Amino acid sequence: MPSGVPVPPVDIEAEGLTKQFGDTPIFSGVSFRLERGGAVALVGANGVGKSTLLRCIMGVIPLTEGRVALLGQDTGGLSAMAQRRLRARVGFVAQKHNLVPRLSVLSNVIHGLLGQRGGVRHWSQAMAPAASRQAALEALEAVGLAHLAQRRADRLSGGQSQRVAIARAIVAQPEVLFADEPCASLDPAAGEDVMDLFMRLARERTVTVVFTSHNIDHALRYGDRVLGLAGGALRLDATAGSLAPADLRGLYD
Amino acid sequence: MTDRLSGPALPARFERPPVLAFIGYVLGLALIAWCLAGAGFSLDKVMSSPPRFADFLSRAFPPNLSPDVLARLGWKMVETLQIAVAGAVLGVIVSLPVAMLAARGLIAGPAVNQAVRITLSFIRAVPDIAWALVFVVAVGLGPFAGMLAILVDTLGFCGRFFADDMEAADKGPAEALSATGARRIDIAACATIPAALPAFVSTSLFALEKAVRSSTILGLVGAGGIGIELKVGFDLFDYPTALTVILMIAVVVIAIEHLSGLARTRIIGEQR
Ligand SMILES: Nc1ncnc2c1ncn2[C@@H]1O[C@H](COP(=O)(O)OP(=O)(O)OP(=O)(O)O)[C@@H](O)[C@H]1O
Ligand SMILES: [Mg+2]
Repeated sequence: MPSGVPVPPVDIEAEGLTKQFGDTPIFSGVSFRLERGGAVALVGANGVGKSTLLRCIMGVIPLTEGRVALLGQDTGGLSAMAQRRLRARVGFVAQKHNLVPRLSVLSNVIHGLLGQRGGVRHWSQAMAPAASRQAALEALEAVGLAHLAQRRADRLSGGQSQRVAIARAIVAQPEVLFADEPCASLDPAAGEDVMDLFMRLARERTVTVVFTSHNIDHALRYGDRVLGLAGGALRLDATAGSLAPADLRGLYD
Repeated sequence: MTDRLSGPALPARFERPPVLAFIGYVLGLALIAWCLAGAGFSLDKVMSSPPRFADFLSRAFPPNLSPDVLARLGWKMVETLQIAVAGAVLGVIVSLPVAMLAARGLIAGPAVNQAVRITLSFIRAVPDIAWALVFVVAVGLGPFAGMLAILVDTLGFCGRFFADDMEAADKGPAEALSATGARRIDIAACATIPAALPAFVSTSLFALEKAVRSSTILGLVGAGGIGIELKVGFDLFDYPTALTVILMIAVVVIAIEHLSGLARTRIIGEQR
């Protein structure tokens, strides 16, 4: 260490990320560092590659080029076991919710614990240990859906299934949380509730929250930092306090 | 980089047929003609068969409906269905783990996928009646050989189609669980199999229909079921009884297809 000043730990380090689907370039040369704790908004127009960037950082789809370090570990070349251990410390809310249909809401949330506690007992709420069922119910309570624990996941409204996906992502108490448009199908009040919940996780439990949003107001109000994707590159990386709504609108031209 | 397009171009309704396609059609027609020749297609025989068929019908008609024959055949039919159901159910159960090994990207690597798929192709390539002959040699005459033949036949069918069903299932839930660090086996059990379940039900019902159809014929080689009655009927020129057997098989097969159709809409329709 060159200096004696304590350096805050870095949770996400992205260097020169480049992604192509076949021959179609999506983005290239995306680099940034995110320190532990705090919320980061990722903004940009439809189809610009926000979801793809998140999935690449998580490692659920491969990068074309570049390297990512998550929680201090390089994600390239990890053994399957090490990769699972790392993912067990990360939560992910996909844009498409991706709940398992035909299973109950409670079972779906319990699946969020599979990374830390795998095995038959966590396949269904009926077999799950009491502690896991309790944790899942508390996660559902946090998103205001404890009363729907028994409902089948394919019989939820869009906003309800979005909140179940959030409960599944937070049940294992991740250190990093990626949320892809977590408020897209929520009414304004529920959207604020979810963003408040994320802020509490970021402030009280020093979770690093990365969320994408098309709501400029949310991005500026809840993000400590704002990353903006446009034209296949990172065009914006600034603290939210230094930005005005007009700065973000520029990304959509 | 936006999704908004200015003046989008409509794709053509039809692709222009390539020249090669025309040659392909001509070759295809020639191939069909060659096959008809190989099959001994003869208009003479087509013309002369209706009188002979009518002769068979006149000797078979009316079907033998005497109570003792009906009772005997009825019990044979029950045995046939027992063979079919037992073989199909065990086959479906065995198919699930085998299909999990055959499904690409589920729990096993490409080498295992390929090996299992090739084995399943082999099992399907051997006709059910040949499996029955093999099992008659292995476990002796009787319904048990028939049940084993149905089991293996079902495995060849369901093993492959369950695997395809799992590969075709929505990948989203599996991706979500993989992002939590779940193991492959947990992902298969919690996301892929529940997503593929309606397809499994449909495939299994087809397997049952197939098993009922096969089981009616296994008796021809001594593997149990009503097929033996058909053979004996023809061998002894007892055409009325043979006709009863044929009608009985038709009624049961049609009934099973109907029931399985009802079950399919009930189970899958309800789960939508
Ligand atoms: N699996 C895939 N194969 C090929 N192209 C893909 C695939 N997934 C996404 N794309 C393309 O990549 C681009 C970026 O998609 P992505 O979902 O990351 O956009 P986004 O920024 O999240 O958009 P939105 O705001 O609409 O969610 C899009 O043009 C999309 O069509
Ligand atoms: Mg997206």
